[in-house]
Amino acid sequence: MNGSTAPKHPLDGLLRTDRIPHIWCPGCGIGTVFSSSLIAISSTGKDPANTAVVSGIGCSGRGAGYVNLDSYHTTHGRAIPFATGMKLANPELTVVVFSGDGDLFAIGGNHFIHAARRNMDLTVICVNNLNYGMTGGQAAATTPHLAKTSTTPRGNPESPFNLPLLAYASGATYIARWTMLHTRDLTQSITEALTRTGFSFIEVLAPCPTGYGRKNRLKATDMLKIYQEKAMVKNGINPAETILDLEHGITLGKFVEYDRPTYAENYKAVCGE
Amino acid sequence: MKFWRVPLDTEQIVVTRGVVHIIEERCKGCGYCIDYCPRGVLEASSRFNNRGYHPPVAKQPDLCVNCHYCEAVCPDFAIYSVEAAAQSISEHPVK
Ligand code: SF4
Ligand code: SF4
Repeated sequence: MNGSTAPKHPLDGLLRTDRIPHIWCPGCGIGTVFSSSLIAISSTGKDPANTAVVSGIGCSGRGAGYVNLDSYHTTHGRAIPFATGMKLANPELTVVVFSGDGDLFAIGGNHFIHAARRNMDLTVICVNNLNYGMTGGQAAATTPHLAKTSTTPRGNPESPFNLPLLAYASGATYIARWTMLHTRDLTQSITEALTRTGFSFIEVLAPCPTGYGRKNRLKATDMLKIYQEKAMVKNGINPAETILDLEHGITLGKFVEYDRPTYAENYKAVCGE
Repeated sequence: MKFWRVPLDTEQIVVTRGVVHIIEERCKGCGYCIDYCPRGVLEASSRFNNRGYHPPVAKQPDLCVNCHYCEAVCPDFAIYSVEAAAQSISEHPVK
């Protein structure tokens, strides 16, 4: 193709284009969630150069390596502590954590609950693909009961976390859940989270056709069909009443939004500057 | 578009139109853009890109309404639409 007429994607400015195509598998939904996040970052009206993206380890954790902004690919489970440090050192920064369910809720679970408890001013985007994709599709803390994975060939005997409820109980002040198919609502939620103050949590369901999909006989497009058919948008519903059941329904929406002092505000009030 | 009775404001209504661009070498052939384009603009081409995937092709480019959904749903930054000159509704092609 002739270089001067090569088509240019509208998000190329926010991408490290020399690393694209990315490593995510065909049909993997992480790329769509990443794309929504970039659209949200560019639509807040703030200078994107003042935004930093922090990821942990795992497939979603690769996000930090593809964004053409200040970004940090941290150790496993530790995206939130690194993000917390960044935010405290430079309160002017908008700090986004982009990582997966395994990184944020298994190895990094305690960091999540404590950052939510403190109402750290962060936007946490969790791509939930229901399993550990990068290491071979093992059962995770989010794998549905009875789902097949490489470590649960007879079906998962455990029950998964309800992430919006976990976030609510821990003290998060903004909680939403969408799927990667609901790109417009998702982009709007991320934009709201980026422009507000406090701990914002957005869970996004995304297909992992290579891991979860293959074991449960769900092609990438089957997963999208489930998202389309089972989605029930219930804004403002109590997180305890949300469900994530690929057969009976998936509750989506913005569940929680309220204000309370952030960690930095409380620290200043109690301990001074 | 044909009407059984032409609305009085037909002349004032314009339909947004778009031109869809495909960056073939980035495509991984997932088919999401093809399945979810609300206007049925796209189909899989029989060509391979240099990674062995079949990128989409616009089989009915005139139907594109520049909704950007293909652009939003593509996990690979491989497709986008740009606005083209608007048309009046009576000249707009039917799906
Ligand atoms: S912009 Fe909308 S109508 Fe046009 S090709 Fe993309 S999805 Fe179809
Ligand atoms: S959505 Fe993107 S990667 Fe998938 S077939 Fe369409 S252009 Fe290719």
